[in-house]
Amino acid sequence: MRKSFKVNGIDCANCAAKLERNLAKIKGVESVAVVFATSKLIIEAPDDKFDAIMDEAVAVAKKLEPDWEIVR
Amino acid sequence: MNPYVKLAIVLIIYLALGWKIILTALRNIKNGDFFDENFLMVVATVGALCIGEYEEAILVLLLYRIGEFLQDKAVDKSRKSISDLMDIRPDYANVEKDGQWVQVDPDEVAVGTVILVKPGERVPLDGTVLEGSSRLDTAALTGESLPVNVSEGSEVQSGTINLDGMLKIQTTAVSEESTAARILDLVENAAASRANSEKFITKFARWYTPIVCGLALLLAVIPPLFFHGVWSDWIYRALSFLVVSCPCALVISIPLGFFGGIGGASAKGILIKGGNYLEALSKADTMAFDKTGTLTRGVFKVIAVHPEGISEAQLLEYATLAESFSNHPIARSLADEYGKRVDKSRVKDSKEILGQGISAVVDGRLVSCGSHKYMHTLDLHHDDCHIPGTNVHVAIDGVYAGHIVISDQIKEDAPAALAELKELGLKRLVMLTGDKEGVAADVAKTLTDLTEYHAELLPQDKVEITKKLMAEAEPGRKVAFVGDGINDAPVLVAADLGIAMGGMGSAAAVEAADIVLMNDKPSDISLAVRIARKTMRIVKQNIWFSIGVKVVVLILSALGYSNMILASFADTGVCLLAILNSMRALRIK
Repeated sequence: MRKSFKVNGIDCANCAAKLERNLAKIKGVESVAVVFATSKLIIEAPDDKFDAIMDEAVAVAKKLEPDWEIVR
Repeated sequence: MNPYVKLAIVLIIYLALGWKIILTALRNIKNGDFFDENFLMVVATVGALCIGEYEEAILVLLLYRIGEFLQDKAVDKSRKSISDLMDIRPDYANVEKDGQWVQVDPDEVAVGTVILVKPGERVPLDGTVLEGSSRLDTAALTGESLPVNVSEGSEVQSGTINLDGMLKIQTTAVSEESTAARILDLVENAAASRANSEKFITKFARWYTPIVCGLALLLAVIPPLFFHGVWSDWIYRALSFLVVSCPCALVISIPLGFFGGIGGASAKGILIKGGNYLEALSKADTMAFDKTGTLTRGVFKVIAVHPEGISEAQLLEYATLAESFSNHPIARSLADEYGKRVDKSRVKDSKEILGQGISAVVDGRLVSCGSHKYMHTLDLHHDDCHIPGTNVHVAIDGVYAGHIVISDQIKEDAPAALAELKELGLKRLVMLTGDKEGVAADVAKTLTDLTEYHAELLPQDKVEITKKLMAEAEPGRKVAFVGDGINDAPVLVAADLGIAMGGMGSAAAVEAADIVLMNDKPSDISLAVRIARKTMRIVKQNIWFSIGVKVVVLILSALGYSNMILASFADTGVCLLAILNSMRALRIK
């Protein structure tokens, strides 16, 4: 499944790249892109693990920068 | 002034300007990120304070803050311009509840619901007009400024704007399957497919900072230790390195440039599915076109009626009636030409002979219509027409009665579009068609900028030829195929770049293609090439300008000809210029 989410608080391009790198490390993520220009996260993961992966993604974003919030 | 008082004042100003940067740097270190720009800025300025360069420390920090502020403004503005361009999302739909029209979220409207669209409102969902007539502004979807007339029975797409009359529309899709949502989805996801130059920048950025920091360390330590250099002098030079060690100019401006190009193109009805396809399009030097529906209108029209032994009107009438149970385009074009009501009760025993023709009993007489092959199976002699086109031969009660010539028309802007592509430097412009040699030759005679054509092709032949074109293209050059998406999906996939023409209509084509043209106009192909080239030009300018300035400042700093203030300009100033340059990609003439 491939879905896109809005990410709040991404205010620099380096930050978008950093978030992307860290989300890519989550086990099970097939592809991920954080697009600075639209503040969107586009993530692809197996259907059955999708929700669990998203939980982890939200936590990863929060840990990197408290301002970052993935809107689900 | 007492040196301690001076230091105290400097520290107060420093903290006032830099507390936020210091906090962010600390948090990033906690997360294990030492090459964060905030941290580097802190190291550079604290270093400057330590060697007594108070003014420079403060000034660099101030410039950094001003630069950040301006960057944020520029980035916000460009993000806003991009989202404005893509502002086709409908806010509400009017549905009837208890005899009253109320506004609801389009997401809540089920397929088959009747909605009301007032003048000035955006059509919220795809549907069919039940009642009313009006003109629709489709510019947001297609970039086409001419309004489209709609009336009862017309299909309407979400995202268009109702100009004049009230329309009652029965929806045919839910919100997320409607045209506007599908276009937005496609364009927003486009940023996830990155071009090679974008990937290069991401890699470059990851290595650039550690390398520059490493060099800074060597620069600070080696000359004083081994070559009797003055510590403070070399540390100062090293600190200048740290100031230019952030690759922000590239990391921000390159994706913004690509997205600007993709966003600008979408406003013209050209949907590009990713930066990688934009890059490929800019490198295309061979383009293959499907004929029907792409270069020609795909609408067949009777252009000649040549009877034998009966009148023109009779020939046309018999042929039209005989074909009246078929829904083949040929049957429709005959009916259009006939113009009168087709009385199907006069027709009996209609039989379709697949790929050859039709036989039917009309007014008690056996009428056989079809290709020359069909005439041969009936053992009838016939003339071949000198006019290129599809011949429909007609026999009545076993006697040859003449033929009708049906032909497609070349799209008005096809010659100009091909001429422009040629001017843009594309070397091979190839037409591929399943039609007969004679028909293809006739089209090629009008479209003089085609360099070659191949006729009588089966769908798999088109794939073969496209692969051959790709093998023959110069290294690094790309081959694009343009089709209307009806039964050429395999070719769209096989080519380096598949361009589907004619909008979001065919889901298979939209899926298979890399670029979708909302309009039927061949001139949008050349426009797409121009947008791609312009975007790539801007991206390359930014890459070379940013890297170039930084390298020059690094060299000057190492040699002692530069200072931290200049380095600061090279960092934030270049970034700002690169962002502004990227914004040009949005603007399309």
